[in-house]
Amino acid sequence: MSTLTSPGGPVRRLAGLLHRRPYLRLAGLLSAPLLWLVVAYLGSLGALFLAAFWTTDVFTGNVVKQFGLANFQELWNQSVYRTVTLRSVGVAVAVTVADSLVAFPMAFYMAKMASPRAQRWLVIAVLTPLWASYLVKAYAWRIMFSGSGVLNWLLDPFGLHGPGYGLPATIVTLAYLWLPYMILPIYAGLERLPNSLLDAAGDLGARSFRTFRTIIWPVAFPAVVAGSVFTFSLSLGDYISVKIVGGRSQLIGNVVYDNVGAANNLPFAAAVATVPVAIMVIYLVAVRRTGALENL
Amino acid sequence: MRSTRLAVVAMVAVSLLATGCGGKSGTSNSGGSNAAVFTPPKIPAVTSLGQGEGQVNLVSWAGYVEDGSNNKSLDWVHPFEQQTGCKVNNKVAGTSDEMVSLMKTGEYDAVSASGDASLRLIAAGSVAPVNTSLVPNYADVFPDLKNKPWNSVNGTMYGIPHGRGANMLAWRTDKVRPAPDSWGVVFDPKSPYKGHITAYDSPIYIADAALYLSATQPQLGIKDPYALDQKQFDAAVNLLKQQRQNIGEYWSDATKIEQSFQNGDTVVGTTWQVIANGLTAAKAPVQTVLPKEGATGWSDTWMVAAKAKHPNCAYKWMNWVISPKVNAQIAESWGEAPSNSKACALMTDKNFCNVYHAADAPYWQKVHYWDTPIPQCLDGRKNVTCVDYSKWTQAWTQIKG
Repeated sequence: MSTLTSPGGPVRRLAGLLHRRPYLRLAGLLSAPLLWLVVAYLGSLGALFLAAFWTTDVFTGNVVKQFGLANFQELWNQSVYRTVTLRSVGVAVAVTVADSLVAFPMAFYMAKMASPRAQRWLVIAVLTPLWASYLVKAYAWRIMFSGSGVLNWLLDPFGLHGPGYGLPATIVTLAYLWLPYMILPIYAGLERLPNSLLDAAGDLGARSFRTFRTIIWPVAFPAVVAGSVFTFSLSLGDYISVKIVGGRSQLIGNVVYDNVGAANNLPFAAAVATVPVAIMVIYLVAVRRTGALENL
Repeated sequence: MRSTRLAVVAMVAVSLLATGCGGKSGTSNSGGSNAAVFTPPKIPAVTSLGQGEGQVNLVSWAGYVEDGSNNKSLDWVHPFEQQTGCKVNNKVAGTSDEMVSLMKTGEYDAVSASGDASLRLIAAGSVAPVNTSLVPNYADVFPDLKNKPWNSVNGTMYGIPHGRGANMLAWRTDKVRPAPDSWGVVFDPKSPYKGHITAYDSPIYIADAALYLSATQPQLGIKDPYALDQKQFDAAVNLLKQQRQNIGEYWSDATKIEQSFQNGDTVVGTTWQVIANGLTAAKAPVQTVLPKEGATGWSDTWMVAAKAKHPNCAYKWMNWVISPKVNAQIAESWGEAPSNSKACALMTDKNFCNVYHAADAPYWQKVHYWDTPIPQCLDGRKNVTCVDYSKWTQAWTQIKG
């Protein structure tokens, strides 16, 4: 007690030091998160990138730590990797578009039409699926898309058939899985839109579409883009859903997984893994220009 | 790590060390003579066993390590734990490649490796030779499973044979007519079962296509489906690319394909007998056959990790898993031939060993055990280079498009 209150106590001296030297205060506050960000996060990305230049021994599968561009050459020369990359980007775009189409009306209802009480319940309802395991949800879709599943049972009276396992099933499953990540940013964005603006648009004689185009969309657009960062990046890296409902198709994630798990070729897997990283960097730079990152 | 290993080296008999001799060419039998093409790292086998360490970490094929959680009547883990005090932690792997990478982590003590993993594990120094005199039940193992190219190097055993079987052709009897007797049913480009065919999701499946080609296109001259020169390899890859158009889904997860057969999403394709047994138990109309072209298959070996943290428990497990009763239980529930000759008398189905050809050496000539393709052709050809396994994996990505 006495050490704490005495004028020359170590705690007080430290406090005084931190008060006099703001940069020390800042360093103390930021060193832990920076250590995490730089060492654990960027460090592992760096290690990944470095590993991409190594190779493996053909027979034993041990990593040969010799610098070379062979992995990237292989990646560039084999058309199959281009096909897989384009397919993955296509799936990610499709999921993002599907999610924004579903999420926008939902978020608009939540933000502008529901009562405050209903609003809270709706937010909970949107978040609830996140509590269930990813695998359970993916397998639930597998059963629904099965030839004897719910989807075919529903479509049968109309003489139609479900798509079965394949890319459409993958897109539906991923769109379902990531939907909350799209609804919430749009909801947050629309909540910031003052109701008076909508009223003013109505008073000045704008019809619904015009109101949407000139008032709602410009305000909501950064929010949609922010949501798309989530859905796009999550879809681009996914490999489990496509294994469960994707039938015979493969995405970038599967190529990475196969090279780690099956081929035991960590360097090549690392080289493949840099592809989605590069795509995401391009995407984020493009997104930055829309100002959407301020909405995240 | 290295210094502890050197300390152990000092303690063991030098005679146990595998001394590689590159010039010697082994006699070529069903598995090939790849023993002579590499020198394994010098890792000593243990010379004596001590007390169990209280637990053992295993990597296994589905159905090899059952504790009653999948099927109440199948439990040989709990009796083992009670008898030895070694708690079993098991990790099921879907492919040999997965096993190789799991063993590289150093987290596991023993693995039930097939022939396409065992040599890679030996060459990488992931597993140690096994001192068979410390495994009393080894004496009863069928002689044609001992000292084989896939489980030994230059006369040193690297594991304990567990059992063997073939990759079977399975089909839904209500959807596929007439009953198939050839792999042609999964390779036919105009198959009526388009979209409902399955294939094993691993590069090693290229050997299945090669085996089919060895029967249907003899001019390619394929002798051993794991020893393919570039021309033969390209033919197999092309066949698989063509097959992809008709595939419903690829599988490496036994549960997934079982469910797929049960729902009728898959009606024909390559499976393991254990999957068919599960389907029969679930009353799904599924049958299997060993097609006339023969089949790929496996001969599994329990191996001990070179850096096993629980070697005593691992040895106890190996002895337990090939003890006549347990070996019989596994063989019967799985649908494979046991490795212990005394297991046959203990089967509930007394005819089991006849049905699965346990002691029928000529039968196993028709089954091509999984093996690791390497540049030196396994079939003994000297004038060509064969396509190695890393090319197989790259080709597999291309096949799947």
